[in-house]
Amino acid sequence: MGLVSWLIAMPFLTMVAVVLVPQKHWRAIRWISVVGTGIGLLLTAYITYRYWIEARNDVDFLRTATLTKLYLVERVPWFEALGIQYFVGIDGISVSMVILTSIIIFCGVLASWNVETRTKEFFALLLLLVTGVFGVFLSYDLFLFFMFYELAVLPMYLLIGIWGTGPKEYAAMKLTLMLLVGSAFVLVGFLALYHASGLNTFDLQALASIHYSDRFQWWFFPMIFVGFGVIGALFPFHTWSPDGHSSAPTAVSMLHAGVLMKLGGYGALRIAVYVLPEGAKAWALFFMALTTINILYGSFGAIMQRDLKYFTAYSSVSHCGFVLFGVAALNLMGFKGAVLQMFSHGIMTGLFFGLIGMVYGRTHTRVIPEMGGLAKVMPWLATCFYIAGLASLGLPGLSGFVAETHVFLGGFFGNPWSNTIATRVLTIVATLSIVVTAVYVLRGLAMVFQGPINDPHFEELRDATLTEKLSTGVLVATLLFVGMLPWLIINLIEPSLYPFINRLNGVAGNVVAGL
Amino acid sequence: MQHAWLIPALPLISFAVTGLFISPMSKRAAGVVATLSIVAAAVCAYALAWEYFTAYPAGHDHPALVPWSYEWLRYQPGLTVNVGVLVDPISVLLMIVVTTVSALVHIYSNAYMHGEYGFGRYFTFLNLFTFSMLGLVVAPNIIQMYVCWELVGVSSFLLIGFYYSKPSAVAASKKAFIVTRFADLGFLVGVILLSYWGFKLYPDWTTQVGAAQNGLSHVQPVDFAYLNHPAFLEQFAGLGATFIGINLLTLAMVLVYMGAAGKSAMFPLHIWLPDAMEGPTPVSALIHAATMVVAGVYLVARLFPAFAFSGTALMVVACVGAFTSLFAAVIGTTQDDIKRVLAFSTLSQLGYMMLALGVSTADHAMGYTASMFHLFTHAFFKALLFLGAGAVIHAVHTNSIWEMGGLRKKMPITHITFLIATLAISGIWPFAGFFSKDEILASALGNGHTFIFGVAMLVAGLTAFYMFRIYFVTFWGPHRTHGADHAHEAPALMWMPMAFLAILSAVTGFVPMGQYVSMGEHEAHHGVNLAIAIPATLVALLGIGVAAFLYIGDGSRATTLAARLGVIYQAIKQKFYFDELYLFVTHKIIFRNIARPIAWFDKKVVDGGVDASGWITRTSGLLLSYLQTGQVQTYGLWFTGGIAFVVLVLWAALV
Repeated sequence: MGLVSWLIAMPFLTMVAVVLVPQKHWRAIRWISVVGTGIGLLLTAYITYRYWIEARNDVDFLRTATLTKLYLVERVPWFEALGIQYFVGIDGISVSMVILTSIIIFCGVLASWNVETRTKEFFALLLLLVTGVFGVFLSYDLFLFFMFYELAVLPMYLLIGIWGTGPKEYAAMKLTLMLLVGSAFVLVGFLALYHASGLNTFDLQALASIHYSDRFQWWFFPMIFVGFGVIGALFPFHTWSPDGHSSAPTAVSMLHAGVLMKLGGYGALRIAVYVLPEGAKAWALFFMALTTINILYGSFGAIMQRDLKYFTAYSSVSHCGFVLFGVAALNLMGFKGAVLQMFSHGIMTGLFFGLIGMVYGRTHTRVIPEMGGLAKVMPWLATCFYIAGLASLGLPGLSGFVAETHVFLGGFFGNPWSNTIATRVLTIVATLSIVVTAVYVLRGLAMVFQGPINDPHFEELRDATLTEKLSTGVLVATLLFVGMLPWLIINLIEPSLYPFINRLNGVAGNVVAGL
Repeated sequence: MQHAWLIPALPLISFAVTGLFISPMSKRAAGVVATLSIVAAAVCAYALAWEYFTAYPAGHDHPALVPWSYEWLRYQPGLTVNVGVLVDPISVLLMIVVTTVSALVHIYSNAYMHGEYGFGRYFTFLNLFTFSMLGLVVAPNIIQMYVCWELVGVSSFLLIGFYYSKPSAVAASKKAFIVTRFADLGFLVGVILLSYWGFKLYPDWTTQVGAAQNGLSHVQPVDFAYLNHPAFLEQFAGLGATFIGINLLTLAMVLVYMGAAGKSAMFPLHIWLPDAMEGPTPVSALIHAATMVVAGVYLVARLFPAFAFSGTALMVVACVGAFTSLFAAVIGTTQDDIKRVLAFSTLSQLGYMMLALGVSTADHAMGYTASMFHLFTHAFFKALLFLGAGAVIHAVHTNSIWEMGGLRKKMPITHITFLIATLAISGIWPFAGFFSKDEILASALGNGHTFIFGVAMLVAGLTAFYMFRIYFVTFWGPHRTHGADHAHEAPALMWMPMAFLAILSAVTGFVPMGQYVSMGEHEAHHGVNLAIAIPATLVALLGIGVAAFLYIGDGSRATTLAARLGVIYQAIKQKFYFDELYLFVTHKIIFRNIARPIAWFDKKVVDGGVDASGWITRTSGLLLSYLQTGQVQTYGLWFTGGIAFVVLVLWAALV
């Protein structure tokens, strides 16, 4: 078993270990989970290092390549008759997403330190979900990809339905059904690619070497893009997100908003744009307009929310809009911005949801106007909250700025296949969000943390515990790290994006297939 | 000069160390470490200035050097942001101003903030601010400028909201951030435009003019050296591309100016600055008077060649500046809160600096020098005014001038220093303000802007009037309250920085600024132009005289006058109702008519659609389930009926 397989297996093995421990030792369960995800984190660091050692020599090669180069590849035939194989590997986009996932799950486990009901099942499902997420980011066989994708979505139903709060059954049902509708679109798209190519394979690299007919691309690009868009909170398919996030328990919201929503942006870029570049050219402007709505709609929607989780969920809708906006910009800066925004938003929103859980655990309310002055009793949590909030409004020095400026510049620079005036106008409209975001972030945070303390009970609340400090500290450090030394992560991502650009500019493959 | 990076780096390191380690351990130590780091930065800044002006003495060419830079962010090949340190006359000037005032304010704050809750946090934020401001000053490219621009914004936000359990402070900090953020939207779009066309025109420019030939071989499209270069500007302005009839260069510059206007609180984005006085007074002195608010002026000065190339943009700068200086001076005559009067005076003086830049042209850029000169002198006397006000507030525990009075005997040092600063701002010889103001007036008249000159003259009179109004009310007359009666002189840690600033306010006017800071041709420091200086001094003396007439004594004359003016007085006192207007726009229009409908639309329409599809699925399932009765008779009935129907259809079709 290679490194990449170990990384996918790590949460699964931890899950097995968790399942074997009886519930009465629930304290041991969380320690096992921490150790397991901690090992995953170290493994990720090592894989990143290995990737960088091997990939840095290929930068010049990738400048002209039309297929992305994979590293640490493992390929084992599975159902040979159908052309399904176990095909995993890593490239710059995957590696950034894997780092994100490892950090979020580690912090998520720490943030779930106090789950006492059915601890075993909770951690088992959480780890199963993460196995799915790692699988999606690392597989290059569409069948395997889809399998992992479903594995990542389904445990969510139980996690929200059982450990959630509020109208949890409704939220769980809605979330699962909507995401399944999305994955149905994706599945149809995958099968269409499989049949149209005539290669009898689900190998993404092989499928990408075919040039599909323009008509085929025109039909199936939006299908796959929207299919992934559902989980990436594309307007108007985003409504699962506010309800789902607010009902989910802390770690699940962290993972869901932090990582699962990224599957959407990742799939849209990795599969829709990569395999169907002509479709992307035809639809780019449409999706750019739609995601501009996303960005503004989400941020205006957040202003009037009274529940902290709804507030963050709408802000996520806005920020995920940036991801798909960057993808729709169809240029290097846009793609890079999209990947950076996925990373940055993942960390930031993971931090947000983690903190909301911690605050809720103390105040037992998430209603913004009922809180006030909490900075005085919980300075650590307030500081972290402010850092997350500032990252979300794109303050330089934190990761959000790097991602957003890439996306804005990408949108403004535009591409040869969309009307330049239109992309520029859309970009400028989208920049309005920096003001609206400032309005809702500062309003919300001021109501929660500043002003006099409303409720005398709040006077006795305690600041973060050690595990909470560790969990939030790691996330804050990541935000600062990416914000101050952005070139480190950019150097990882950028070379892998060159082939995407080359594919758009040139012609990929010569076999024409499709409708 | 190689070590110029130390100047912004020292406060940054101190910020991290103080915030993370020292402040949680010992509050006093946090204050000391923070202060020492700024003092060290100030020493470095003086050393740099010495070195730079020894290498390039007064009256000679002053090249722009980048002794240190580092690739920070590569947006795409050919569009790279290098963080670095730019050393040229205006950046050296600003470094001196920022480090000096910041060091003095740090020292002062050790006494002023003594015993306050959050003492360590205060110094951490103050360090963050100083770092950001210095980073802004030394920015060699527009992206670093924007980055630090936002960082000064956030440190200002944090410090205005320092007393975070006080609702008014929280509201003021939000307002400051959001208003300046709105302005930064313009700046951001301007930056995007400049980066885009900078990038697009880059190859042409390098081949046509030859970058190496200009000694700019490593220049990036976002660097000021490039953006200000005539070759680029010519191409950019000559693109022929227009937006609603406006030349793109002008459009970009006006957008950038929007950012500058936000930070420098130009009308109509001025509303945040008076409220920003909710922060601790030393913060007002440092950030909202001497340094951060001049960032807008500095930005315009930094891009002066580009602004000058587009004359329209510069005209906008001049008009907005002139209007703001008058508008704010008028409001300043009626305010009762000592810090608010000073805030309006800051607005007015910033308008003055902007006006000076605006009346300049590329060939006759005396206003450029004058503006930087006024920035320099203003920083000292305005910081002094605020620190003096702080000392008074510290002693009397109120901000209202009507609860002070007679303090000149109780607080002699504060009184003398405050008087020096008041004379300086009023433009009385030989204090600093006289020289810089004189130069501004001369440059306005010299470039033929008679109307603007008239406005500036009027403002000079008003300034003298409202400054002496607060001076007389605060320091003369009877003790109006118990607090004023029991006031004590400020401790040494507070009055020493004030004394130092008083010396600077008195002597900095004699600095031959034109020899150091100039644009284009070296114009000799024009000395004192008596034809302008005499009327200006007379106007100032008139202002002082009126203030003395109205406010020495019990102030009943002023009350009578206010009552005579009636509605006009009320309108001025309520700051022409701009706060109310903004409140109406944000709450009644944006929140109520955009945000709330969107939230509703999302809940009812978009989400309703999702729920409706669920409902349709369930209902249709329910309806269909009635067919599954489980009774053989029913099934038989349907079966027979179906057969009959099919037979009928077939029969009809066939016959």
